Amino acid sequence: MSAVTAEHEHDDHHDHGPEKGLLRWVITTNHKDIGTLYLLFALAMFFVGGIMALVIRAELFEPGMQFVSPQFFNSMTTMHALVMVFGAVMPAFVGFANWQIPLMIGAPDMALPRMNNMSFWMLVGGVLLLASTLFMEGGAPASGWTLYPPLVLQTGAALPFAIFSVHMLGISSIMGAINIIATIFNMRAPKMTLMKMPLFVWTWLITAFLLIAIMPVFAGAVTMLLTDRFFDTSFFNAAGGGDPVLYQHIFWFFGHPEVYVMILPTFGVASTIIPVFARKPLFGYSSMVYATAAIAFLSFIVWAHHMFTVGMPMAGELYFMYATMLIAIPTGVKIFNWTATMWRGSMTFETPMLFSIAFVVLFTMGGFTGLMMSMAPIDFQYHDTYFIVAHFHYTLVPASVFILMAGGYFWLPKWTGNMYDEKLGKLHFWLSAVSVNILFFPQHFLGLAGMPRRIPDYAVQFADWNMVSSVGAFIFGFSQLLFLYIVIHTIKGGTGEKVSDEVWEDAHKHGLEWTLPSPVPYHTFATPPDKIPTEHF
Amino acid sequence: MMSTQGAYYIPHKATWPVAATIGLMTSLAGFANYLNGNAAGSTFMLVGLSIFIIMIGGWFTLQATESETGMYNKGVGISYRMAMMWFIFSEIMFFAVFFGTLWYTRNLSVDWLANIGDGPGRSSGMLWPSFEAVWPTNGPGHIGGEFEPMGAFGLPLLNTLILLTSGVTCTWAHHGLIEKNRGQLIKGLAMTVGLGFLFVAFQAIEYQEAYHEMGLTLGSGIYGSTFFMLTGFHGFHVCVGAIILTVVLFRSSKGHFTPENHFAFEAAAWYWHFVDVVWLGLFIFVYMM
Repeated sequence: MSAVTAEHEHDDHHDHGPEKGLLRWVITTNHKDIGTLYLLFALAMFFVGGIMALVIRAELFEPGMQFVSPQFFNSMTTMHALVMVFGAVMPAFVGFANWQIPLMIGAPDMALPRMNNMSFWMLVGGVLLLASTLFMEGGAPASGWTLYPPLVLQTGAALPFAIFSVHMLGISSIMGAINIIATIFNMRAPKMTLMKMPLFVWTWLITAFLLIAIMPVFAGAVTMLLTDRFFDTSFFNAAGGGDPVLYQHIFWFFGHPEVYVMILPTFGVASTIIPVFARKPLFGYSSMVYATAAIAFLSFIVWAHHMFTVGMPMAGELYFMYATMLIAIPTGVKIFNWTATMWRGSMTFETPMLFSIAFVVLFTMGGFTGLMMSMAPIDFQYHDTYFIVAHFHYTLVPASVFILMAGGYFWLPKWTGNMYDEKLGKLHFWLSAVSVNILFFPQHFLGLAGMPRRIPDYAVQFADWNMVSSVGAFIFGFSQLLFLYIVIHTIKGGTGEKVSDEVWEDAHKHGLEWTLPSPVPYHTFATPPDKIPTEHF
Repeated sequence: MMSTQGAYYIPHKATWPVAATIGLMTSLAGFANYLNGNAAGSTFMLVGLSIFIIMIGGWFTLQATESETGMYNKGVGISYRMAMMWFIFSEIMFFAVFFGTLWYTRNLSVDWLANIGDGPGRSSGMLWPSFEAVWPTNGPGHIGGEFEPMGAFGLPLLNTLILLTSGVTCTWAHHGLIEKNRGQLIKGLAMTVGLGFLFVAFQAIEYQEAYHEMGLTLGSGIYGSTFFMLTGFHGFHVCVGAIILTVVLFRSSKGHFTPENHFAFEAAAWYWHFVDVVWLGLFIFVYMM
């Protein structure tokens, strides 16, 4: 490129502000705009998925059939999961990645800004296709989010729409992941070597590898469902020499890394927030990096622990049991490091820190129930019960979702230049932290007592804890309206107090983003920063 | 790989991505409606595909223009190359699913159906008493009726030679580009494109024979399913690769690309070698074994 063009581009870069009007949000290539789009979309889907969860909990409030038909109930469990996984949690973390990765590594934008815009709109397209199935003949898919054949092949008109929705969501995720990898490898400030990157950047780098490896696998699996239903193939039909269990293997080869796609960036945000409020460097930075990589590697070789009861050779049961137990080691390293980071720190308990501490405690609980289920003979009892539901909701709600909230409180002042209302934030935290346990803890008891998942009605012996759980669900659900209010209030001016550039005391030691003005200008790091923070060593 | 951003090109408005989404969504919704037996489905599918094709044309023209006017520096080139690399990796994972399916059914589940092996997936022997585990098979239900399996020698072998040769001509063209020998570049590319489409034509003849003379269809149990899905997706990728190479050929003849700046050529060549390698896998595991 000639120097003249470079100069011209450079000038243009500074003059160029956001497009006027709504069109700005459609054609934007700015990583901050796209991050905002992702986050707002995820927040909206969080409420859509949440309403579906409340339908489920309302029906389960007491035994007997109350509000919805069994078919619709099963549609709700399926759609709740798909919307929350693909519409809320994943996009929210991609939103954080878009906002934060260029700021954290000192880059002017994402490496491939046009593709960045396309990943967002493909996500919207995919979710629209999925949502359209709710209004179709035969209802939305009701097979559970795993879409197991032969059950899923009985879906009505919705089936091809759900399958194509998965294709579009996959395209979106793969493009987003490619963009993140290219940005991290190619756009770092000169002094930002790999082992100096904030842990959030590291966890997303590894997550992006996971996404590129698994989304095509899921696409392949659902393509086979499509051809089995419409083009006479026999992939999952034993009469033709196929095998329905094959689908489960392929699905979980995707599905297990997929759950880590939702938890690894969670770890990254927690590792970013805890040191700031403990006023200490992160304990064991390099061990955190290696632990993340180890968890990602293990995620590819443990998938059949989801299938202990399906019928596998004994050697397979044993292998998947021991391999799964190994995951506890790098995860334990992480929990230990977070605790050690807080040890003897000058801690303060602002809302982001409260959510992060709750994450460490409650995620450990979700992790331990996972360890219990990794034992094949014990899993035979737990399989397909509410114990599983309690387990993975502990790893998703008071872990991923709590950390998303924490990240929101942590970075919103930086992004908007306005401070959120700390009192309301703390109220939101305590309401959420108490109600989430009322909601999910009793489900452990229900599962151990034998209550199966994905059923609209149950034996009367399960009535009491279901009622408690449903009460918790409604408190938790409505508490989130408070979060919505706080977010809108902060964007519109917050407490009126202007935040400093570093927002949190001494935050500039922890990350490049805190060296920028608040609110962050539309374009940042047009030239790479000279110095980078060294606190996290 | 460190700082490349001094003059890193950051585009400010992008209209094609939304067009891509609308096009893809319309065509997929149309296809889904068509599958559900809805008459309007195919119209929507065509409209969506048209939007998508216009988008591809427009977006690639824009990229080519920007590249030729020198807006991309080395850093942008590195980002593009990384993107292409990881895109091809995702494609490898997609094919891995179907190769994995072939391996699993052939080596595990067909045996279990015939009551062989030690898996609990093994059927009781009462279920399919007369079924024997042999490959190729269309299962104990003889789904799709009698068929003749596809042999390896003949058209498939010829196609292997064609694709391998096209890999050589593609590399020869690349050498022409690097040595500023445009004649060699264009000749090499033209041969590669020609061989690519010849491959697709032979593949079409093979399918014709399979359907009309051998009774082998997509519905011929697990053998037909794996055979046609693997070779079909590969054939589709060859078509896409050949179209990309055609565009690169067209751009070469217009004088685009220099020894330093020819990402489009490289991406097309990588893609072409990728479909080449997938074919070798197919030839060994689907046709020969």
